[in-house]
Amino acid sequence: MTSENKSQILSYKTVGNGAGEITLHFDGRLDMSGSSAVIKPLTSMLRSDAPDSLTIDLKQVSYLDDFGVAMLAGLKKIIVGSQGTFSLVNGSNNIRTVLALHRFHEMGQDLDRLEYKSVRRDPFTRLGEAVAGYFNDFAFMLTFLGATLFSFLHIIRHPGSLRRHDTLRCMQSTGVEALPIVGLISFLLGLIMAFMSSVQLQQFGANIYVASLVALSMTRELGPIMTAIIVAGRSSSAFAAEIGSMKISEEVDALFTMGFEPNLFLVMPKMVASLLVVPLLTLFSDLFAILGGLIVGVGMLDLTVNSYIGQTIKTLSLFDVFWGVAKSGIFALIISWTGCLRGFQVRGGAAAVGRATTSAVVTSIFLIILVDSIMVVILRYWE
Amino acid sequence: MTKSSVIKVDGLVSAYGDDVILDRISFEIREGERFVILGGSGCGKSTLLKHLIGLLRPLEGSINILGEEIGGSDEGAFQAVLRQIGVLFQGGALFGSMTLAENIALPIMEYTDFSKQYVDTLVRMKLALVNLSGYENYLPSEISGGMRKRAGLARALAMNPRILFFDEPSAGLDPITSAELDNLILHLNHTLGTTMVIVTHELDSIFAIAQRVIMLDKNVKGIIAEGDPRQLRDQSRNHYVKQFFNRQPDSVEME
Repeated sequence: MTSENKSQILSYKTVGNGAGEITLHFDGRLDMSGSSAVIKPLTSMLRSDAPDSLTIDLKQVSYLDDFGVAMLAGLKKIIVGSQGTFSLVNGSNNIRTVLALHRFHEMGQDLDRLEYKSVRRDPFTRLGEAVAGYFNDFAFMLTFLGATLFSFLHIIRHPGSLRRHDTLRCMQSTGVEALPIVGLISFLLGLIMAFMSSVQLQQFGANIYVASLVALSMTRELGPIMTAIIVAGRSSSAFAAEIGSMKISEEVDALFTMGFEPNLFLVMPKMVASLLVVPLLTLFSDLFAILGGLIVGVGMLDLTVNSYIGQTIKTLSLFDVFWGVAKSGIFALIISWTGCLRGFQVRGGAAAVGRATTSAVVTSIFLIILVDSIMVVILRYWE
Repeated sequence: MTKSSVIKVDGLVSAYGDDVILDRISFEIREGERFVILGGSGCGKSTLLKHLIGLLRPLEGSINILGEEIGGSDEGAFQAVLRQIGVLFQGGALFGSMTLAENIALPIMEYTDFSKQYVDTLVRMKLALVNLSGYENYLPSEISGGMRKRAGLARALAMNPRILFFDEPSAGLDPITSAELDNLILHLNHTLGTTMVIVTHELDSIFAIAQRVIMLDKNVKGIIAEGDPRQLRDQSRNHYVKQFFNRQPDSVEME
């Protein structure tokens, strides 16, 4: 039995001896075009004839690439799958090299090797993995929380072990460099609040209470929250990115092998710096918001500067200011701790750093709002 | 642990999740030895190194370094061991926000009471040792990969460690720089008697520096050969060992 097939690029001749043995003589280029032209007819022929032995003669093949190797592997798989024998003969040195490069001798021997490993697992497995993943994250979080508390105690007992230079650097990046944006946003917030409330209060001739509204709401609630959200966006993400990058470039491993405690070295300067500057930023935020309200009050509501400031001082108690500052201190710890936690959780490459920064900001803001809600309830029962 | 051994690994099992990487491996490294851990990609060389420097804890078995068991109850003693070892990471792992001088001075300032002037002199000496004189005030981002690696070595040498670990020291280096690094390893070993533990698969480096090697294999998940690299090259009967030392790829059988 002899048959011939001539495509434009690759031709082959099938020679069968009738005893279940087939020899294929390829002629031309076994590349993407050549392979795609012959793979279907050859596959269907081998499936229908199911020969005991297939020999492929590569003597006339002038070029072989991975598409050709994949085609040969497909033919080999059919033959080996039906317990037949497969052999390649007369390949040039170049062809042998290409086959060796793609480890052709391993292909089709073990049929499972050619199967793609299933990436779709059943829902229960995925659910289990997800739950286990959350538990692992939670366990890491608790470990990190414990390590942070121990580091804090260490710093309190040995203040000299705090890395002062790093702390000052963090104070500059978290505090000084955030001041313009915190000031601007708070100023605009005060302006908007005064403007919006004046529309209603003017109807009752109660313009002066605009000052009270702006001062009280900013000092107790919005000042600490807005400052914390801005710092979370700027610094929590920066902390996560810094520590995450250090993890990827093995700098954290290097610290460990040099006998340093990474928590003391990397986390404490950031937490102490945040604890010092975020309450100060909050006070600035309160002042800028009151300034924004003052401009609306004086410019649009015919209030005098003295009456506006007088009403503000009359409304605010020292407790309100301290309460806001205390809250911002807690927010500062949350922001810096979350940023560092997400940084230390980075595993893998650059994409993991991106995820860590996003996660640091989202988690920080969520925790800020959650803790603020709890503190509002506490204040309600305290007063 | 014999008197002269500085590292003893006994029945170490290491796994990532369900995947066992190293299955009950045991070996010893003697004081002053130039010991190379080699093997193909993915065979667990770097994992083993991470165990040896305490970054990973064994699932089973034990690792004893300078008389202290890693993961043992005495954390203080382990910290003391860490101060007697130096590690050169693959990319140098220099702290990006510090200059080269600050990187090297960091452990010296932290663990000693030397004056700033004395530390500066030490830093200059360490940098000169790795041919980086004049680069004291450069940041790691301002120098080449090979220089970063040498600076990393200077930092690893900062405390004059008893054992130096190298993770693929020749990776990404040109042949001349790579040979210079090999010479430096030999020089330090001869002059200071530092024990050198090197993870690599660069044959030139292995023949230049190794006194004894262990070869890991990912199928066996353990050691398939141990001894002098030249003897292994010439006398080993293991197919993979012969292939490795003679740079022979797998070839296809054709009639």
